[in-house]
Amino acid sequence: MDFDLSEEQRLLKDSVDGLLNDSYDFEQRKKYGAEKAGWSKAIWGKLAEQGLLGLPFAEADGGFGAGAVETMIVMQAFGRALVLEPYLPTVVIAGGFLRHGGSAAQKATHIPGIIDGSKTFAFAQLEKNSRYDLNDVATTARKKGDGWVIDGEKFVVLNGEAADTLVVTARTKGGQTERDGIGVFLVPRDAKGVTVKGYPTQDGMRAADITFTGVEVGADAALGDPAGGLPLIERVVDEARTALCAEAVGAMDESLKITVEYIKTRKQFGVPIGSFQALQHRAADMFVFTEQARSMAMLATMASDFNDAKERAASVAAAKVQVGKSLKFVGQQSIQLHGGIGMTMEASIGHYFKRLSIIESSFGDTDYHLRRASEAGGII
Amino acid sequence: MDLSLTPEEQAFREEVRAFFRDNVPAGIKKKLSENRHTTKEDMVEWTRILHKKGWAVPHWPKEYGGTDWTAVQQYIFNEEMQATPAPPPLPFGVNMVGPVIYTFANEAQKKHYLPRIANLTDWWCQGFSEPGSGSDLASLKTKAERKGDKYIVNGQKTWTTLAQHADWIFCLVRTDPAAKKQQGISFLLIDMKSKGITVRPIVTIDGGREVNEVFFDDVEVPAENLVGEENKGWDYAKFLLGNERTNIARVGMSKERLRRLRELAGSTQAGGRPIIEDPKFREKLAAVEVELKALELTQMRVVANEGKNGKGKPDPASSVLKIKGSEIQQTLTELMLEVAGPFASPYDIHGDDNTNETMDWIAQIAPTYFNYRKVSIYGGSNEIQRNIISKAVLGL
Repeated sequence: MDFDLSEEQRLLKDSVDGLLNDSYDFEQRKKYGAEKAGWSKAIWGKLAEQGLLGLPFAEADGGFGAGAVETMIVMQAFGRALVLEPYLPTVVIAGGFLRHGGSAAQKATHIPGIIDGSKTFAFAQLEKNSRYDLNDVATTARKKGDGWVIDGEKFVVLNGEAADTLVVTARTKGGQTERDGIGVFLVPRDAKGVTVKGYPTQDGMRAADITFTGVEVGADAALGDPAGGLPLIERVVDEARTALCAEAVGAMDESLKITVEYIKTRKQFGVPIGSFQALQHRAADMFVFTEQARSMAMLATMASDFNDAKERAASVAAAKVQVGKSLKFVGQQSIQLHGGIGMTMEASIGHYFKRLSIIESSFGDTDYHLRRASEAGGII
Repeated sequence: MDLSLTPEEQAFREEVRAFFRDNVPAGIKKKLSENRHTTKEDMVEWTRILHKKGWAVPHWPKEYGGTDWTAVQQYIFNEEMQATPAPPPLPFGVNMVGPVIYTFANEAQKKHYLPRIANLTDWWCQGFSEPGSGSDLASLKTKAERKGDKYIVNGQKTWTTLAQHADWIFCLVRTDPAAKKQQGISFLLIDMKSKGITVRPIVTIDGGREVNEVFFDDVEVPAENLVGEENKGWDYAKFLLGNERTNIARVGMSKERLRRLRELAGSTQAGGRPIIEDPKFREKLAAVEVELKALELTQMRVVANEGKNGKGKPDPASSVLKIKGSEIQQTLTELMLEVAGPFASPYDIHGDDNTNETMDWIAQIAPTYFNYRKVSIYGGSNEIQRNIISKAVLGL
């Protein structure tokens, strides 16, 4: 039983924190967000330089062979600084698909570009009616010769405009919600028949709705079993949820810190408002919620080593439930304790609230995961 | 970062689990499962069993009968004890006054009192709260005046748990009425058989008699019963109150209650099916399970970090344990009440006697729900816990 970071992990944490302290304050973030991609190529390059983009990949593939704890460290730090760069879709999600399901040739083609920072990815999964159900896929991939033809619409694809390659879920057979018959395809964003409509998101990033109209790709586009891809998708999405839990903990830590600092300095009735017990107890509850979320983010992280797949999935669902409840409380109360200033675009606290709120509905909200945990037959 | 226990710790857990499985008297185990109170005889019998094994006071230093277990072993022991369920040792002796005595008392006191606490020769109770001094404990008024080789004690203590069984009471008394409130307090050990002590029961909303008022009317206490220095009692009290940080979460106990809740929800029908098959109930169950899992992890973090923040400096996360632990215990009693539904209504005393032992155990559900409102009040109310977090952790 050990919750400490190893020496190497501590060094990693210091290096990520150092990078973000130097080059990712709130004002700098605004500039990065205003770039065409919605994030900074220069920062992405620095992440590559520090080896962060290669962390989870095997040494044989040019990476560092790091585990879930390292991803947690990075995502927590990103949460504290509200990092905009597409680490989640590129390294965690596309990286996860390649690591767990990619052929040797697919790894060799795609992983080096991720590690050196020259290529980014996006995960085209959400559909109009699928909501959080990963098995609900209407987009189709029809066999044509050796290759495939993809048709369908995907929504709110994070980094969808800037990505070089889209990871697309598509049905190769069966009805819309059947577990069987789902495949994962690697599609160049500039392939013929791909239409990308980009837009800013509420939390300051960029996403896109993407239409696939008769998009032809080769046999090598199919990642893993084209008809039995759902377990792989579920595994990778659980890793994404785990990473989001860590990011949320980082954002909650920072929200609490900013809020406590604010109520220590803001004066009304001649005293700092932090001297009022009503506000102190609210802040104490924010701390309790944050610590409970931290515990569950750690559980989800460590669950990646659990042998029992059901226990692993239930742990991630439980973590998303706790994090969802916590981020809602911490996010909303951060604004409340700031009062009017918390309502302004100018203050950073609102941006934390917005990112936290979007995390809640990413890859399943609290109710969704509560149902999932309940259907798994319990957590304890 | 790693959740797993070492092979040695796993073996230890098996040993502890087997011991509890084989040695908790069946009648006592049944009472605990059904949320009935154990009797004084039950507690003495069980403490002697633990004592014989050398596990009555495992967290004490070895020279006073303790063990040299690590924080993790200690945690495993407590968890297994609660999960069995086995009665936790009487806290007033082993967790409260015992550590004060071996830390601050003189040799003669250590030699006399500690062995008698360890095997429950002496039943201790706690004389801290007073009618006018609850959360504001340092405002206490019970006074002890030095007359020769005696103190003369006058005043009143309240909420004194199980004082009706007690041989001794450890009291905070005011020895210097002129000093600032925390500074004139002393820590005094008083024989409950002393002339001038009256114990009067307080019946709580569940009908039980756990707590009492204790009156002191010119009670003569030998001066040698003072612990440590006169007027330093507040320091010892702070030490005592800060001692029990991790056990307060009651994770093991809540796990046992959850098991019981599932069992009951599986055997109680509503709308033509067991309640446990009702999706709404299942989600409530899952919600409390998630809370409990998070608390368990938080507790493990605190245990694993014990000592790493420096002596006497608890992990900031430890202040979460009391608040969440008590909330979860209360939620579980609430869900039990929900499952029992209309059958919770027939009145049964939530007492510490055996007279209602033949009653259906469902009869204890409402009294337990009522009784458990106490857990967010005692041991520093949850509001006081929030004060502690905001001051000690957030610096407000």
